Amino acid sequence: MSETVSEKFALQLRTVTKAFGTKVIANKNVDLDVHYGEVLAILGENGSGKTTLMNMIAGIYHPDAGEIYVNGEKASINSPKDAFKYRIGMVHQHFKLVDLFTATENIILGINDGNKFDIASAEKEVKSISDKYGFVINPKKKIYEMSVSEKQTVEIIKVLYRGADILILDEPTAVLTPQETEKLFDVIRNMRNDGKSILIITHKLHEVLAISDRVSVLRKGEHIATVNTAETNEIELTEMMVGKKVSLNIGRSEPKDTCDRLIVSGINMTNTEGVKVLKDISFTAKAGEILGIAGIAGSGQRELLEAIAGLRPLDDGNITYINPVNSEQVELRSKSPMQIRELGVRLSFVPEDRLGMGLVGNMDIIDNMMLRSYKKGRSVFVDRKPPRQLADEIIESLEVVTPNAQTPVRRLSGGNVQKVLVGREIASAPSVLMVAYPVRGLDINSSYTIYNLLNAQKENGVAVIYVGEDLDVLLELCDRIIVLCAGSVSGVLDGRTAKKEEVGLLMTKVKGVGENE
Amino acid sequence: MAIIEQIVELMVRAVMQGTPLLFGSTGEILTEKSGNLNLGIPGIMYIGAISGVIGGFFYQNYTSNYNVILAIIIPLVSSLAGSLLASLIYGFITITLRANQNVTGLALTTFGVGLGNFFGGSLIKITKSDTPFLALSKISAAYRTTLPFANRLGLFGNLFFSYGFMVYLAVVIALIVSFVLKRTRVGLQLRAVGESPATADAAGINVNRYKYFATCIGGMIAGLGGLYYILDYSKGIWANDAFGDRGWLAIAIVIFAIWRPNVSILGSYLFGGLYILFNYVSVSMNLLPLMQMLPYVVTIIVLVIVSMRKKRENLPPASLGTNYFREER
Repeated sequence: MSETVSEKFALQLRTVTKAFGTKVIANKNVDLDVHYGEVLAILGENGSGKTTLMNMIAGIYHPDAGEIYVNGEKASINSPKDAFKYRIGMVHQHFKLVDLFTATENIILGINDGNKFDIASAEKEVKSISDKYGFVINPKKKIYEMSVSEKQTVEIIKVLYRGADILILDEPTAVLTPQETEKLFDVIRNMRNDGKSILIITHKLHEVLAISDRVSVLRKGEHIATVNTAETNEIELTEMMVGKKVSLNIGRSEPKDTCDRLIVSGINMTNTEGVKVLKDISFTAKAGEILGIAGIAGSGQRELLEAIAGLRPLDDGNITYINPVNSEQVELRSKSPMQIRELGVRLSFVPEDRLGMGLVGNMDIIDNMMLRSYKKGRSVFVDRKPPRQLADEIIESLEVVTPNAQTPVRRLSGGNVQKVLVGREIASAPSVLMVAYPVRGLDINSSYTIYNLLNAQKENGVAVIYVGEDLDVLLELCDRIIVLCAGSVSGVLDGRTAKKEEVGLLMTKVKGVGENE
Repeated sequence: MAIIEQIVELMVRAVMQGTPLLFGSTGEILTEKSGNLNLGIPGIMYIGAISGVIGGFFYQNYTSNYNVILAIIIPLVSSLAGSLLASLIYGFITITLRANQNVTGLALTTFGVGLGNFFGGSLIKITKSDTPFLALSKISAAYRTTLPFANRLGLFGNLFFSYGFMVYLAVVIALIVSFVLKRTRVGLQLRAVGESPATADAAGINVNRYKYFATCIGGMIAGLGGLYYILDYSKGIWANDAFGDRGWLAIAIVIFAIWRPNVSILGSYLFGGLYILFNYVSVSMNLLPLMQMLPYVVTIIVLVIVSMRKKRENLPPASLGTNYFREER
């Protein structure tokens, strides 16, 4: 299906492969053709290798195998600087800007072209670029005074200023409001009409349909297909994106003796940047079942869990906890994290940075156990015996690979760190257990250990909330699944009957379809 | 007239007191702009002083045909070489090995003071002197040469032309550093390194190279402060520990000057004046320590005011005190 290499294409990839370590293959034999003057959307789930692939084109990573051709000629791109030689520029999701500098100063940063250093003429050029493509930017404005969309504009102009003809935008709309997105699309169209090739990474289907000329779908690191946008639709794209269902054989028992444990009703939250991250979210977590939360990364999962744990303030809404002992209703919103913890609500949060919130990397396993129990007892001295026993128990029962319990946690592998964290949270006999991405980066065996632990908790009558990214796991582990999309609930599905495509579609759609609760 | 004469004298003394501080603070500002908080500056100033003294000592005592130009250049070059070596120690430990900057800096200061006193003591032994001093009077005379017409211009000449060349050198260096930081490509990139090394790295700037250059050049400038103190201010007399806490004062001035070398010129002279003010006002002996505290009180007041105004431009470089690791996947 791929064309021959020729100068008719702005950019071509041939059998590009990239692996991280020996286990994780990020991209496998990817072929891609990019025309002059087109917008190509790169579509795929989290972890499908979109960003890695684009990073190879932009010179951040080097492919293990395969070739990249620019204008029909073989290119060797080893650094972002090399990429600029081939007139390729990438705008990353996380902006790389110096807050204290003006837009222009950021744009010219790092350019040593031998010309006289002249801010005024650079400002003029920035202005002419922004006029040409329809950006709205004040070249003299400092970055710290700018909104997110202005910062993004600076990043895009930075790439254009360096003369890029191939632009890669990594999820450019993730941080924008719908109006700002519309403006960005206008600019992208102007750039396309100017003959530039634009690759845009996204997982929002409606945006793919709105802006792109063609779509390339990646799944698990492989190129599935490239189709003309005009000839496809959301259903077809979703199917390509999520693929066929894979059976995992995770045991799932029928929930029994379920009763309401945690009632979330109508909560809203605005983050520090003034963006609304949770919009009118309501659901009930029941004791004795696993409630799955699905969604594209950054749809509000983290904020939701942190809100329940009392770590982030809400704008409005209620979180009601029903005490299993006396069925008393307790409002969590007005409580401190410590009070919430005492009620038995446990948050085990595993973001990319595992050691960030759950464990202290430099402390050993025993000391990390004590982070939960240091308040126990009346003496000023801590009692190290119970945490030592707990540490030994966890090491034995979860098969944590460690020299001994005195090893600093940061020296353990990711899977073992995770076992220590989840083991500790479970040992404190919670009544609500919230886990986020508990198997991220874990090998198969460790993952199943975690699944079994969660199932055991569910059978003990704990309300388990599981935030995950692998749809196959969600569908086999969870009894019910809530799908989040851009901070609101786009659907609630039964884990036993839901189809993978159904979840995929809800994840990428702002307006929900299956709201049957 | 007596009052005016006294004020002019205070101002002249303030300039002379302030000059080592100006060298020190200019060097520290340059270093901090790269994100390196070099608390070893007091030590480096000691090393700059003793290195210059060693060079001058051997030139003065072991040369047959004495030459004024060489009498200036040899201590200058050996001082720069000494401070460069000391800065390289700091740079290697914090930039290449990425050790804690505060600990490294404090250790370097202790090391520098000790090194200065050790070699100072050794030189005094070599001269078989009875007093704990070492006098480089000929070299110092070269350093203290003023313009010939200075003493013919009365108070005006006193105030502006009565100094050795290093006083003017300090001002010129401060202005140059100010200009470079604000108006040149190198300055922009250096500031980017200090504000956000990851951004600078992504823009293709060699972060470590900038940090090394800023630390070394900054250290060399600061070291000149020590040299000036011995060869000009103290009239060529080295005594152990005489340099005192001036290095710390220089670091305080960095905050006072809100990381601007041109402001640091005024700050240094002000602090220099405050440092010796007790000589000019009559206070009882037991109030003396309070008077000597003045520069630090002013620093605290400035810190409070700057923090209250919360202007982003007046804050320290954002990455100050942290080492840069490139994020690898």
